Amino acid sequence: MTEQHDASNITNPEHAAHHIVTPVTYTIVFVTLLIFTGLTVVAAYIDMGILNPVVALAIASIKAVIVILFFMHVKYQSKLIKMTVCAGFFTFAALITMTLSDYISRAWGLW
Amino acid sequence: MDNVIVATHPHTHETAQGEEHAHIALPQHRHHFETQEQQREAGTFGMWLFLLTEIMFFGGLFFSYLLYRNWYYDAFVVASNQLSVPLGGINTAILITSGFFMALGVWAAEVKKKGLLVLTLILTMLFGCAFIGIKADEYHEKWEKHHIPGDHFDVSEFVNPHAYGLKEEPLPPDQAAHTQIFFSLYFAMTGLHALHMLIGLGILVWLTIRAHRGDFTAGYVAPIENFALYWHFVDIVWLFLFPLLYLINRHPV
Repeated sequence: MTEQHDASNITNPEHAAHHIVTPVTYTIVFVTLLIFTGLTVVAAYIDMGILNPVVALAIASIKAVIVILFFMHVKYQSKLIKMTVCAGFFTFAALITMTLSDYISRAWGLW
Repeated sequence: MDNVIVATHPHTHETAQGEEHAHIALPQHRHHFETQEQQREAGTFGMWLFLLTEIMFFGGLFFSYLLYRNWYYDAFVVASNQLSVPLGGINTAILITSGFFMALGVWAAEVKKKGLLVLTLILTMLFGCAFIGIKADEYHEKWEKHHIPGDHFDVSEFVNPHAYGLKEEPLPPDQAAHTQIFFSLYFAMTGLHALHMLIGLGILVWLTIRAHRGDFTAGYVAPIENFALYWHFVDIVWLFLFPLLYLINRHPV
């Protein structure tokens, strides 16, 4: 942290470097996504009972995180952007949890 | 980190320019941003805020899917098995390829390769159109089989699957009627996704024309970058739609 006065946050080191993601990274991500797509189809044809939707959602989530981190550059963004993205998914999870808890508990003991 | 508000340290924009840092005088640099990096981050921030509203928008549909799938699981299984896994899988690969070219486009803009940028944008569009084409074919098949919810919805394949050569368990008529809920959600979710893609394809045409003019290969990549965020977001929605709609129960015991 510099001693210099910087009230309007001009010399923020997070602003300084803009990371250019290379085609090599993009290609690795691309191939990984295709492999996971194949995996999710194969997994669907194996009977894992209750685990089938869990595995399907886990694979989809891994793919989504890979896309967000690399294709959408979040890995290379400032903390502000990372926080924004996390806050969005957290809020979505909170809304789902609260709504589901209502549906689950409304007829509690009546079944 | 300084917490002092700017007013306690008075300087005008003009003095700041001279004393603290040098402005890069690019035409796209708006005067209310101190640096180009700050402008860029503000743009990315705004785009992500928009995408968060999109998460909530699609999220509502995913939530209804979750509830109805639990309530009418048997109807969801047989209705889901009507969808073609090869077509859905190919479409997933096509969409990932389209996103890959979009990502390459961002790189091309950043390293200022105009020809490559135009090429990647066109390839992004082509794969996007291929996706829509396959989707249209799938919709058409549903239309012919009367599997579009409404007055003309036909439950016969679900009430009497063996007559159609299907290996499903027959559903009682009241359960079979619930397959309409699956198809309603199928059309709402994939339709909304396809609508996003059509809007994206429209924007892509405009971006390609501007890219051809050289607008984005002279240091100003924000429109390409932010559109790429949108396009990747639409991809992510499909990454969830594919297993949830096409792969509910593909392993009949």
